[in-house]
Amino acid sequence: MKYILMMNTMKAGHGVPAWPKKDLQAHIAFMMGLNKELHQRGELVSAEGLSFPDQAKLVRAGKDGRPITDGVFPESKEFLAGFWIVDVDSPERAYAIAAQISAAPGPGGAPLNMPIELRPVMSAPPQEML
Amino acid sequence: MKYILLMSGTRAGVAGYHAWSKHDIDAHMAVLHRINQDLTASGEFVATQGLADPGEAKVVRGEKNGMPVTDGIFPESKEFLLGYWIVDVANAERAYAIAAQICTAPGPGGKPTNMPIEVRQFATHASKSQ
Amino acid sequence: MKPWDQTSEHLLRELAPQVLGVVARRFREFSSAEDAVQEAMIAAFTQWPQQGIPDNPRGWLIQVSCRRMTDHVRSEITRRDRETAVAAEAESSPPTLPIEADMDPDDTLVLLFMCCHPALTPSSAIALTLRAVGGLTTAEIANAFLVPEATMAQRISRAKQTIKASGVPFRLPSPHERTERLPAVLHVLYLIFSEGYASSIGSHLLRLDLAREAIRLTRNIKALLPDNPEVAGLLALMLLTDARRAARTGPDEELIPLDKQDRTLWDRSEISEGTELLTAALSQSAVGLYQLQAAVAAVHDEAPTVEETDWPQILALYELLKQVASSPMVTLNHAIATAMVHGPARGLELLTALDRDPRIAGHYRLDAVRAHLLEKLGDHEAAIHHYRIAAARTTSMPERNYLMTQAARLASA
Repeated sequence: MKYILMMNTMKAGHGVPAWPKKDLQAHIAFMMGLNKELHQRGELVSAEGLSFPDQAKLVRAGKDGRPITDGVFPESKEFLAGFWIVDVDSPERAYAIAAQISAAPGPGGAPLNMPIELRPVMSAPPQEML
Repeated sequence: MKYILLMSGTRAGVAGYHAWSKHDIDAHMAVLHRINQDLTASGEFVATQGLADPGEAKVVRGEKNGMPVTDGIFPESKEFLLGYWIVDVANAERAYAIAAQICTAPGPGGKPTNMPIEVRQFATHASKSQ
Repeated sequence: MKPWDQTSEHLLRELAPQVLGVVARRFREFSSAEDAVQEAMIAAFTQWPQQGIPDNPRGWLIQVSCRRMTDHVRSEITRRDRETAVAAEAESSPPTLPIEADMDPDDTLVLLFMCCHPALTPSSAIALTLRAVGGLTTAEIANAFLVPEATMAQRISRAKQTIKASGVPFRLPSPHERTERLPAVLHVLYLIFSEGYASSIGSHLLRLDLAREAIRLTRNIKALLPDNPEVAGLLALMLLTDARRAARTGPDEELIPLDKQDRTLWDRSEISEGTELLTAALSQSAVGLYQLQAAVAAVHDEAPTVEETDWPQILALYELLKQVASSPMVTLNHAIATAMVHGPARGLELLTALDRDPRIAGHYRLDAVRAHLLEKLGDHEAAIHHYRIAAARTTSMPERNYLMTQAARLASA
């Protein structure tokens, strides 16, 4: 069964985290190690990062169908930083992976305890989009 | 250049959608389906995915002992990711144009839903330097 | 029958454009011929590893391709008009012996010019070139660019429709046309190389080495145009850049910039081949874009240590490049070279002109270079600031990680 695991980033305008180099490297290494592990276990369908939210655009269609790109995001909006799609045998396994991601090390090497949102992915084609 | 186009909605919004007539839902789906076909024909389609109903969303955090703590409680106002498209296009303008097309998919009574679509560029695993 | 081994894939790919040349000329049609050859290639990839390589592999491919073509032609006629299906179509049935005399050594060149036709978008030209000239399968190309196979198939199909609509015949362009259109061909090959080299960072994800493919195709065109200095320059540039591949990625897959690379990991044979090619090319006529870029790469590659890099030479080359092909990226690199020769303050001055250039203002590389020069100047706070801005702006994960790490390094210093 396929799940999407979503990680959010800080709001736009906050810039990149300013952690000490050692902690930054540990975080990067952790994420890479996790992806490698999931890949070896055959559970990783995809792992993607998104560019920073500063360049995010909220698009609507104008009267003529042409895009209007100056939409303003709500103050409280959480931006997606990246996501994983995993193919696992049980929901419990998906939760365990999400917990691993959540516990990725941050400043001082302490687990970040990020909230990771999890949802099944529709296995049927786009008919199930909404 | 790869972009992700994100469609989000609140639980109230999704409930509203479920209240559409079957005719309106089919018409909406037909337009989205056609957009997907056009994107394949133009050589720009990478992926599209629908996510399960927000009611099935969970948030997971990792405890120090690695055990997942799951929670299904979200604020009323929370915008859930409902689905996304990933496209490979020549430039950002093309990504916005595709997003605008998605916005014009018809809703109840055939009027465009004009739900805004968030457009974000993918981060690549590649690097052009050195 | 020869057994299939690790050189067989390479052989098959080399044969593809030769086979396509024969089939396209025999049927006087490029688009369907290309599909037919692709089908024959896939058949070969499926059968030969198990059954062994035929004694005349090229003949085999020609035969199978021709059979596919006839099948298509027959079913096309049947579809269009059952009643008047003409037996005369039988004259295009495949020969029992392959007609090797049909082969023309210029075919690869014809194909390259066709696939890099100016009417095509860069991504279309790249896809079509890799398939028709490179002999790669659609699936391989799709994987290299991380798109679904159906999407890549469509790109190639549309590219062929564009070529058909342009009416370009299957023959070598006139010498005048060749001179005019060669830059487009070289540009496509350069783009393939760039894509491949950029992706070699996350190389465990990809099965196909696009950079090596680009080098192979450029070698082929060099063999056909041995006296063309820009072709030689491009091949030199590719080799001199590819030579550094092993050193640019660290043990944790982190990006290692040129000035920090372990030069013992550089490929000396690629460097000497590139340098030789360059020397020969430079001894000829006017100096072109690829030769100049190759010359810069050669200066870097020849320095035994980063401290011994001949920066005045590099600066002179960038001054030339600014005249030959000015661009914001050239200006950026010129600023770096200026900084290395005349000090970081002078380099930073040159960057201010770019702030007003809409092509690059706000681009992450401008902030990254600025940060680098500010660090050399000793203004750490400003450097950290710009490293972080650059990190937030780049769409490359390895670059983002690198830039964040630089900021962190300075912040804890």
